[in-house]
Amino acid sequence: MPRFDALLVHGAALTVAAVFCWLLGDLAWHGLGQIDWTFLTSAPRDAGRAGGIGPILVSTMLILAVCMGVSVPLGVGAAVFLSEYTATASSFGRAVGHSLDVLAGIPSIVFGLFGSAFFCVVLGLGFSILSGGLTLACMVLPILIRATEEGLRAVPDDVRHGAAALGLSRTRTLFSLLLPAAAPGLLVGLVLGIGRALAETAALIFTSGYVDRMPESLMDSGRALSLHIFDLSMNISGGNANAYASAVVLVVLLLAINLTASWITGRWLHRRSFVV
Amino acid sequence: MSVLASPCCSTPPEAAAPRTVMEIERLGLAYHGAWAFRDVSLQIPANTVTALIGPSGCGKTSFLSCLNRLSDLIPGCTTEGSVRLRGRDIRDRDVDVVALRRQVGMIFQKPNPFALSIRRNIELPLREIGVRDRSEVDAIVERVLREVGLWEEVKDRLQAPALALSGGQQQRLCIARALTLQPELLLMDEPCSALDPIASGVVEDLIAQLKQRYSVLIVTHNLAQARRISDRCGVFWVRGGTGGLVECGETGCIFECPTDPVTAAYVQGRRG
Repeated sequence: MPRFDALLVHGAALTVAAVFCWLLGDLAWHGLGQIDWTFLTSAPRDAGRAGGIGPILVSTMLILAVCMGVSVPLGVGAAVFLSEYTATASSFGRAVGHSLDVLAGIPSIVFGLFGSAFFCVVLGLGFSILSGGLTLACMVLPILIRATEEGLRAVPDDVRHGAAALGLSRTRTLFSLLLPAAAPGLLVGLVLGIGRALAETAALIFTSGYVDRMPESLMDSGRALSLHIFDLSMNISGGNANAYASAVVLVVLLLAINLTASWITGRWLHRRSFVV
Repeated sequence: MSVLASPCCSTPPEAAAPRTVMEIERLGLAYHGAWAFRDVSLQIPANTVTALIGPSGCGKTSFLSCLNRLSDLIPGCTTEGSVRLRGRDIRDRDVDVVALRRQVGMIFQKPNPFALSIRRNIELPLREIGVRDRSEVDAIVERVLREVGLWEEVKDRLQAPALALSGGQQQRLCIARALTLQPELLLMDEPCSALDPIASGVVEDLIAQLKQRYSVLIVTHNLAQARRISDRCGVFWVRGGTGGLVECGETGCIFECPTDPVTAAYVQGRRG
């Protein structure tokens, strides 16, 4: 007879898996039927009850591009600074670390208000994809920095000492040895960051706006996918079917990004340590 | 602590008078104010293998790390004294540390090839000094791999990851990598202690050959190894909580007729 504690842990694991499957199943059941090429490419009609999500996908991708384009270089730079140029024990390094952790825990609506006040008003960018992307960049930066920093710190000091003993400059050590070794960590941060950015609604309502037209430039307002789902399910009666379909697209997008990232990491680690 | 000359070394030092690569005077190193070793003076002659022996924790590894200023990388670490390489004190503020480390190579206890291909491991320090020409790089890769006896073993798989090599091969690759820059002096920190006896023997033979072209300062816990491969030998010991050099001389003298009772007890296996 299986022991009680074994039953308990298996039960817990099963419950988690079941909830996940139920969620996916529900989405697929309600949403998969509507999805075809026209849905993915055409513009929404009748406030989104009919038509597709073409412009919304484009806006989402643009917001994501702005967000990642800004946060990845900044995040990697900050992570390198924290792990390579400040001592772990220094009060400055600790202070930055703590503030990053606090920043990562701030509700996204607060970022939305900040972005609205700062990017839209103070910098005069208005309700635009640029404002939205920059706001999201602020939001995912802590995640990205922490993950990359962890990745860099996980590189054994042997590598740094070995490189120094060979007379390699700090720049070369960083670009040829440390960053490649920390790449899996960076990738994890990237996936988490993209996930958070794609899932975001609250921070985008006040910054990139609500307009569901095809954006013509980064200065146009554009509606993100999760915001579209929120709007369809909360504000539009009869929008549920398309909300489900959009949700399926979002989940598939996230899964695809996740799988690609873990595939790349796997290939990368394999190539570096074993026979090619 | 003074360095005593062993009386049985009858050959006067002037007879052979080999060139001195490095002169170390009253060197000391402290971690956060606590001395790891102090007052160590030592001359390292060219084309010889000098071994440093002694029990764990007496400052041998710390001593090595001063000689290429790798000690700079350790937080809370301070040094005193002087280390002269070609007459220049490497502890001077304006010494180019990167250039110094190219003249004084280092091999670590645990083989530490980079997670790159075999070829790229050797190429990296070359690129750093501006050697980019493919045929020149190829020639150097072959030369250093031949010098460490690895060429025949890896010539067909230079693009394979270095971490796929065995431990002994990895350590020889690390030695080859250090040789690319043709250093004046090679520091070795127990290079065989992480290897099996056979791989260890191969590396030992290699060190013995290396002295024809390079000078080697090796730290080892293995007394038999020190006796086999070194020309000169220094004994480190801890006294009053601080490490120091008790005695230094020709290896034969150190093992046959040591002047210091501590050395005598240690090399005869009665202490340590």
